This record gives sequence, structure tokens and C-alpha cells, in this order.
Amino acid sequence: MSYPQDIRNIYGSQLDELRKQGIFKEERAIFSQQNADIKVEFPIGSQQKEEINMCANNYLGLSSHPEVIKAAHAGLDSRGYGMSSVRFICGTQDIHKTLEHRLTEFLGTEDTILFPSCMDANAGVFEAVLTDQDVMIADRLVHASIVDGMRLCKAHQDTYKHSDMAHLEDKLKLHQDKRVRLIITDGSFSMDGDLAKLDKIVELAEKYNSMVFVDDSHASGFIGKTGRGTHEHCGVVGKIDIITTTLGKALGGASGGCVSGRKEIVEMCRQKARPYLFSNTVAPVVVSGALAVLDIISKTTERRDKLERNTTFWRKGLTEAGLIIKEGETPIVPVMLFNAKLSQDFAKTLYDDGIYAVGFFFPVVPKGQARIRTQLSAAHEMHHLEKALAAFTNAGKKFGILGKTKQEIIDMYGM
Amino acid sequence: MENAKDIVLDYVKQEYLEDGDDREIKYDTALITGGFVDSFSMVSLKVFLETKYNISIPDDKATPEAFDSVNNIVELLKGFGVN
Repeated sequence: MSYPQDIRNIYGSQLDELRKQGIFKEERAIFSQQNADIKVEFPIGSQQKEEINMCANNYLGLSSHPEVIKAAHAGLDSRGYGMSSVRFICGTQDIHKTLEHRLTEFLGTEDTILFPSCMDANAGVFEAVLTDQDVMIADRLVHASIVDGMRLCKAHQDTYKHSDMAHLEDKLKLHQDKRVRLIITDGSFSMDGDLAKLDKIVELAEKYNSMVFVDDSHASGFIGKTGRGTHEHCGVVGKIDIITTTLGKALGGASGGCVSGRKEIVEMCRQKARPYLFSNTVAPVVVSGALAVLDIISKTTERRDKLERNTTFWRKGLTEAGLIIKEGETPIVPVMLFNAKLSQDFAKTLYDDGIYAVGFFFPVVPKGQARIRTQLSAAHEMHHLEKALAAFTNAGKKFGILGKTKQEIIDMYGM
Repeated sequence: MENAKDIVLDYVKQEYLEDGDDREIKYDTALITGGFVDSFSMVSLKVFLETKYNISIPDDKATPEAFDSVNNIVELLKGFGVN
């Protein structure tokens, strides 16, 4: 027997340990399309509940948009279900090339290559373009997929304090002896909802002869005046050497990602990036849906503008209610609770009140910074947000934290 | 000349405490398990030690345990002839 009881016990006790630490993740089953209103079963097997979704990456509300679904159906009919091949053997259709071209235009770059996911894009890009003569200098709060991608690459690694430009400059000076310096950052940071100072980063990159990498997964489609991303917001379109982003959030929410940027770098990825070389790419049905998404958001900024209005309403409402939020301007709005158990209890209260949001705590966020991360969507109507705001206010009252300072909440509940 | 223990302590404070973070870091403070340094930003500490002391710390020695306090780091450095 290849899986004897003692091996089973090893994993069983590791899983028990996760439960004991309170970090065991449980899935909630959703019995509807992804949208502002969802039907949820949690725990799985319990009675289904109607909930307002406040934690999806469905920023533009396009995950279940009729035009996207129609285009996906048409793509399924005309190009089939799967490719049964990696890109460079017989897995490239005309629509894959079209989507790469459309993303290049949308992001204002030189070229684009699709990956099965942005996780794969981040896992593949560094190793494909850097060697042990180079250095990667990353913001300390970059997404886990970037950390993994950096670990797969032989280049030297260093980090700088989150969004601290003086610290980044110190590191750029320190690594002047390297062949290539690559500054690595998220565009919009997924846990805090703040934006990278890309204008300053580009300035430093020019001063110290460095390249810039941005993962814009939580920005593409809605940050910037026309939703091109953080580089548009910061006025540096055309100056970011490598952008990675996802089709799995605002841009339809299905799956898929890309590396977009300097044409030589994109070509290096086509030649050497392992997730591209050794995995099927985005399925035709998803490509077709993503093309419809780009059509929709290139015609009008209506959805992005609505998301901005929703964000302003939500941030103002929470603050006026007396809750502590992380300041910023993105539709990622963390409600700070500081204590891990409080974040779980608060989320449970919200759920009972018809609001679906998730509490995050260490190690996902630093110790003592537990929170409920809320995310706005253009699919939210005012009645959704008003109901959600009432639920957050009620939960705040229940736990006695409205109008309290960080220290007062910590005094009440501990770190 | 300042000893390695104080040099490392000064560096850790400057490198890992954010502005306004008034937590105290001492020689025996748990850096990684205590939440000051994570496994990702630990690479900066390695870069610093290698540059400062002109040594190369192999991956099997640059473990979270070896980097978990200033005292542990100083012990690690002794293995490279740094005191």
C-alpha cells in the first residue's frame, strides 16, 4: 500500500494544527452567477442564503454581463472548448493573437503574451528575462505570486519598505554593480488598497538605469481616467517595461493573465517562460469573453466611473459611521479590526445580516492588522451599498467599536 | 570598532521598523516568528550581511531559524569568521 496509515496521520495532524491555529480555510459554495446578489451556502450543506457580495474582484461587474456571456457562447461554438496543446505546438488560434494585440493597445505597451493565469505570468517572467548577473528589488507587500516567481529566478533579490522611495533609492544605489536592476511592485496593493507611486518609481528607474515591473491585476480596467491601470493614473503610460495583469478580476473574472511590455521581453517569455511553454493557454471561450470585455470598456468609461462613485460613497459612509478604514482611492477598502478573532466574528455577524465579506488576519496580513477587506463593484447599486453600510454599522455597534481609535479597539480585543 | 552584534541590531532596526513603529528590538527579539521580518524581506538581511562582511551565505545556512534574532545571526556570522 503506497499510502499507509502513518503517512495519512502526518497530513491529518498538519491539518488539525491549521484548525487549531484558526487558519484553516473553508470554501463557501455559491449557487448563482457571480454578481452583487449571490446565493451562498456556508458552511457547505447548510441552508442557502441570499447575500450581497462585498468581496469579489468583480470590479467592473462584467463577470456575468450578458454581452460577455453571449460572446463566450459564440466563441465556444466557433472555436471549440479546448486546444489540447500548448501554444507553440498547435494551441494558438487567431483569437489568441487578437486578444494579445488588443491588450497591447489597451495597456499602451509594445507587445503582449497570454498566460494561463497572472500567477503563471509572474511565475515565468523573471526567470525568462533575468540571470544571476541581475537584481530584482521588490516592494515588501507585493503579491505572493511575485514572491514565488522571484524565488524561481537566479537573479539576486532585495526588498524595500512598502512604497518607501528613499529606501528604494538606497537599494538602487547598492546594486549599481548589477547588469540589470528590475524594480518590482504591485500597481494596486491587494490587501491595503493603496496605489504604487509609479511616477516616482519611474523617476528613480531613469536616474539609476533600471527597469520597472508592475503587477496591475487589481487595477487593469478601472484605475486611471480610462481604466488602463496604475500607469495611466500616475501619468507614466509607455514607461513601464513589464506589466503583468489578469483576466480573472475586472476584465471578465474568468481566468488568464498576461505579460505586456517591451517587445524583446515579451519575445523572451515566448521562448523561455515555462508556464507558457508547458501549459495550455487560456481556453477559446474565455478569450472570446475577454475580447467582449475589452470592447465594452474601450467604448465607454461608464462602468469604471460608476465604480468610482460607489467607492467614494462607501469610503465616506464607513468613515462617517465611525469605522476605521485604510485611506486610499481604490475600490479595495479594508475595514480595520486589528484583532484576528474580532475579524472572524465581525464577518460572521455580517453574513447573518446578508452581507458576504471575509476577515483577513496573520499571516495573510501582518500581526495586529486583522481586517475585513471590502471590494466595490460597478454591479453594486445604491440599495446594495446602503444595506451593506447599515450592516457594517450594526456590527460596529454590536462589537462596540464605532468611533473608537485603533488603540481603543486593541485595548478592548487585544492584538 | 563597533561589534557585529550592534551593527546587525542597528541594521535590523533601520531596515525593518517602519516610521512610527515604536516596538523595541533587542538582541534576543524574535524577528521572524515575532512578525518583524518575513521570509520574503529576509533576503535583504542576507544581502546586507554578505555585502558588509564580504561573505557568501549558502541557502541551507540562510534559514528562518538562523535569522530569527540578532543573537542567532551573530552565531551564524561566527561560522564565517566574523565577530
